Amino acid sequence: MATATKQPARREAFGSRNVFILSAIGSAVGLGNIWRFPYVAYEGGGGAFLIPYLCALLTAGIPLLFFDYAIGHRFRGSAPLAFRRMHRAAEPLGWWQVLICVVIATYYAVIIAWSAMYTWFSAQLTWGKGNEQEFFFTDFLRMADVNEVGVSTEFVPQVGVPLLLVWLVVIIIMCLGVKRGIGAANMILMPLLTLMFMVLVVQSLFLPGALDGLNAFFTPDWEALANPAVWASAYGHIFFSLSVAFGIMVTYSSYLKRRTDLTGSGLVVAFANSSFEILAGIGVFAALGFMAAAQGTDVSGVASSGIGLAFIAFPTIVSNATGGSIIGVLFFGALVFAGVTSLISILEVIVAALQDKLGWRRVPTTLVVAIPLAVISMVLFSTTTALAVLDTADAFVNAFGIMAVALVAVIVVAWFLHKLPALQEHLNRRSSFRIGTMWKLLVGVLAPVVLGYLLVNELIAKIAEPYSGYPGWFLSIFGWGMAIALVVVGVILSFVPWSRTSHAKDDPDYDEFLVEEDYDPDPETGSIHVTTKAGAR
Amino acid sequence: MTTTAVIMMIVAMVTVWGGLIAGIVNLARHPEEEGAEPVPPVEL
Repeated sequence: MATATKQPARREAFGSRNVFILSAIGSAVGLGNIWRFPYVAYEGGGGAFLIPYLCALLTAGIPLLFFDYAIGHRFRGSAPLAFRRMHRAAEPLGWWQVLICVVIATYYAVIIAWSAMYTWFSAQLTWGKGNEQEFFFTDFLRMADVNEVGVSTEFVPQVGVPLLLVWLVVIIIMCLGVKRGIGAANMILMPLLTLMFMVLVVQSLFLPGALDGLNAFFTPDWEALANPAVWASAYGHIFFSLSVAFGIMVTYSSYLKRRTDLTGSGLVVAFANSSFEILAGIGVFAALGFMAAAQGTDVSGVASSGIGLAFIAFPTIVSNATGGSIIGVLFFGALVFAGVTSLISILEVIVAALQDKLGWRRVPTTLVVAIPLAVISMVLFSTTTALAVLDTADAFVNAFGIMAVALVAVIVVAWFLHKLPALQEHLNRRSSFRIGTMWKLLVGVLAPVVLGYLLVNELIAKIAEPYSGYPGWFLSIFGWGMAIALVVVGVILSFVPWSRTSHAKDDPDYDEFLVEEDYDPDPETGSIHVTTKAGAR
Repeated sequence: MTTTAVIMMIVAMVTVWGGLIAGIVNLARHPEEEGAEPVPPVEL
């Protein structure tokens, strides 16, 4: 392992198109589909939310997904290399995306660790009926207040140990490579996840009160459609749900074979992701309907999202339902599987970037990436202040990381580099679903407008009052400071020279692809020497 | 469940799950070209 650092000439690849599609679905279907969508839809007008949701999917989600696919497949590299090959000045965008993935990976892993522990707790009803909230915050997380203790270093073993195990599992998957690791994990976990969730939904539907939950979820509130905030939340949700714009889809599509139906695959990925969300909405609200009935209240009184839904509402449902343990094991098991398939896609962005940069083999690169990340993750998130750090990092990296980089990327690619026609042509060359001027308008005009609006809203909200009431010093480190550092470090990294053994300078596979496709040669790659200007058509 | 809720549930299922089925059918009609490219490396 340590002796061989030079990579073989050929880029790794998914075994087949179907493996790619399942892996892309595995990445898109994450915790957000299960614990975020149901509540966002419920809050945004119930059944009526379908209209802004589908609009957002068709006019922003799918076009941006195609945009990522086109960049990754055309320039055949990790995010930094793909953007560099598009134009030298675009390279910082790729590093910015890599750093976003670094932040997300550290906290995403801990949620998987919690879910894994709760799968176990569900089987035993460890929390004790009626004690669900107290158990999560006090007994399990041993939560301390950052206002009082600062960032704690007190180790919480019931979180730290499973967290270490999560890292071990994902490191093994990553070391096995794109085909035998990522592809194989998704081929196993995704069908299993779907099956488990279907069983969960069926079981939830038989709970008393389930239909009241579905009634609350699907009853349309048409007046919500007049509220711009509902539309904004639909676009925001679709944007985060599809994992576009932070390097994942660029990286995954660079592992696709040269002649692959990109748009046809993208449509399946996008609709599969939404299909899972609808399924999750049905399962979650059926269960919440039961919870409301059991507590003698309305569904509106128990509806929640995120950590509150997963670690407080669901344990309550598990305690009270007949066969609750099965529901709990299926629900938390689904969170673990959905989380793992997303976490490996996030890590792959970083591993692929370093592989391209250093020209190293997969195993040493994976270890160099994952071990430090695991250490940071353990230090920050297996302590008593984990939840505060996680909450802050998540809120800020979503708004001022993912959303900001997406906005800058579409503006730079569409308006400064004028690459949309070339990307459109690349997609249409090989794809069953042809795209036209409408796609360019959606990516180049609608996406920047919507993303800009969402970003400004986030800025106003986060400046107006301290996020979640955390102290100023804390937010300036883990919130604002982190978000700004991602940009600054991203720009600095783009100035680090690429060595002669890096894939920017030595990539016969890419040269062959350019010749085959009749694209202009790349001025940097070794085997074809050209003196003409940069050849990104 | 009320009638409107049932209708919206059916509409949601038909559009989203129908979209998925349509996507899969479209892809199945355009099978992958096999054997046209070199086999990617398997590491380890």
